[in-house]
Amino acid sequence: MRVLDVLSLSTQAIARNKLRSFLTTLGIIIGVASVVAMVHLGQSATRSVTERIASIGSNLLFVMPGTSLRGPGAVRTSAENFDLSDVDAIRREVDGVEVAPALATTARVVVGNANDTIPVLGTSNEYLSVRNHPLDYGRAFESGELSSGASVCIIGKTLVDEMFLGQEPLGATIRVGRTACRVIGVLSEKGESMGQDRDKTILMPIKAVQRRLVGKLDVSVIYVSALVDGTTKRVQSQIESLLRQRRRVDSGGVDDFYVRDTQEIAEALESTTNTLTVLLGAIAAVSLLVGGIGIMNIMLVSVTERTREIGIRLAIGARARDVLNQFLVESIVLSTLGGIIGLLLGVGGTWLLTWKLDMPFVLSPLIMVVGFSFSVAIGVVFGFFPARKAARLNPIDALRHE
Amino acid sequence: MSDGYGEVRESGVPPTIVELCDVYKIYGRGATEVRALDGVSLTIRAGEFVAIMGPSGSGKSTCMNIIGCLDSPSAGQYIFSGVDVGTLGRDERALVRRHFMGFVFQSYNLLPRTSALSNVELPLVYEGVRPALRHRRAVSALAAVGLADRQAATSAELSGGQQQRVAIARALVTEPPVLLADEPTGNLDTVMAREVMTQLTDVRRERGVTIVMVTHEPDIARYADRVLLFTDGKLVRDGTPAEVLA
Ligand SMILES: Nc1ncnc2c1ncn2[C@@H]1O[C@H](COP(=O)(O)OP(=O)(O)OP(=O)(O)O)[C@@H](O)[C@H]1O
Ligand SMILES: [Mg+2]
Repeated sequence: MRVLDVLSLSTQAIARNKLRSFLTTLGIIIGVASVVAMVHLGQSATRSVTERIASIGSNLLFVMPGTSLRGPGAVRTSAENFDLSDVDAIRREVDGVEVAPALATTARVVVGNANDTIPVLGTSNEYLSVRNHPLDYGRAFESGELSSGASVCIIGKTLVDEMFLGQEPLGATIRVGRTACRVIGVLSEKGESMGQDRDKTILMPIKAVQRRLVGKLDVSVIYVSALVDGTTKRVQSQIESLLRQRRRVDSGGVDDFYVRDTQEIAEALESTTNTLTVLLGAIAAVSLLVGGIGIMNIMLVSVTERTREIGIRLAIGARARDVLNQFLVESIVLSTLGGIIGLLLGVGGTWLLTWKLDMPFVLSPLIMVVGFSFSVAIGVVFGFFPARKAARLNPIDALRHE
Repeated sequence: MSDGYGEVRESGVPPTIVELCDVYKIYGRGATEVRALDGVSLTIRAGEFVAIMGPSGSGKSTCMNIIGCLDSPSAGQYIFSGVDVGTLGRDERALVRRHFMGFVFQSYNLLPRTSALSNVELPLVYEGVRPALRHRRAVSALAAVGLADRQAATSAELSGGQQQRVAIARALVTEPPVLLADEPTGNLDTVMAREVMTQLTDVRRERGVTIVMVTHEPDIARYADRVLLFTDGKLVRDGTPAEVLA
């Protein structure tokens, strides 16, 4: 028997029962679609997380006071804060770095009639490059403004839009807490990150924030950016030994500060989303399996229903293997069709969802190939038992079947 | 009526094609045992037209199914064309059916929702004949039974006699040496039965096909040149229609 004839026999049988064939493949369609969609969505989520972390700044280290357990978002106990002399020490002692101190607080901000509570960050010009958040227009702080702690500020896009309502902010004076503050620059737009509006911010010289807003000479975080790729580890250990020395941590003692690498955070988050992806994919794979059982079920019914037809075929010269092939190919064609439709639905659904959720759309050929081959394999595995049942029929019994 | 046979006889005795030696077919065991065939021995020569008669349940169909390699005997030997069928496997028996047997059943047994032409093509599909050639052969087989204009009709659209003629075309399209017909006219009225019998005698005259036919009706049996009479699984009489039906 010619291969093409087997195929056409099987497709004829499928076409003869269109609704049933569709319902039979529905399980596979849903299974493949959910596997493909879940894994693709997982990968999109991973990509979106890593992209956002990259947007925080590359080769970036956070230096913070306190003791930390490993892992992102770990517990921190309080410890003595840094001050600007620590920042200067790092600038002086560690090579190939850019250092930005930061002191974060919030303040009541008044612009004309508008007022709102806004996060204020005292820092230096290095912040703009270290945190990868450049100016859109206007200018950075002048060295005199930095050393004197002048009342000048650089504002984020959200303030321009929501408080200035499109008026020219440069040169305007706004109230930050009790201080009248002149706007000298506007930050470029960053968008939202981890549920935070990164454009709803005000930058001021750190000394201004220390004196006028917080009333302490603290530095809450030091941002350090390694200028050369691949040197963050070296930089990290240099900072650690420098700070241990400055903060008199005994060798073998527990550090009362910690240095965190954004790369590390990215990897940790990535592995979390990857685990989630695998989990969701596995759950979806179960539905694919259920789809396979659906095919087997219908094929078994179909074999019983078509027993007489099988008898006729055997009488006119079909061998057991011809009958086996016919039914096996039928279930493979069904599951393959289901796989193709499921693949299209899965990719389309992912595209729609990522578009709605504003996530990057990642297309993974690997998972598409895997999902598709899985559906074909399911046709083979779950079609085999019914097909064998058909092939084992005795011609006389089959012909007598009513 | 026996021209083909007669011609062969002039050049000597035609070879034996079917030989059953003490064949039993037993269903069940003990008290419920049924001897569908109870020690049947018979021979059929190539080109013969044999009718099998007998009361219901006497083992006619069982005998024919064994001759057609659709069924195997419980005991005894079946030699087809010099080959001991008992030694053949499942697939080999399928190949014997494919190449040497054509079947016609009382209930036609056409594939439902399938055109007459596709039904006739089916045995050629299993033979692996190329589509163009098998189409041509199926068309001429249908034409030979007078259904050239009903190629596209499905069984639902054909009369009983027409369905049976499609079945005959399907049985003969592979040009098998043996045609087995189990009550081919059982579901037909006299007119349609005569059509079908004319068809059978025609192919026999043209091709010298060996025909084994089960029938209940003496009128139909008279088309044959030999009648086997079965009772209770035993072959009780064997002779010309005139002798047996007297
Ligand atoms: N699969 C089976 N299981 C049990 N008994 C069977 C089976 N097939 C046939 N028989 C029995 O074997 C006997 C012969 O059956 P068979 O079909 O050969 O009769 P028949 O002569 O063709 O009858 P009819 O004229 O009614 O078709 C019957 O008694 C029948 O009941
Ligand atoms: Mg019978």
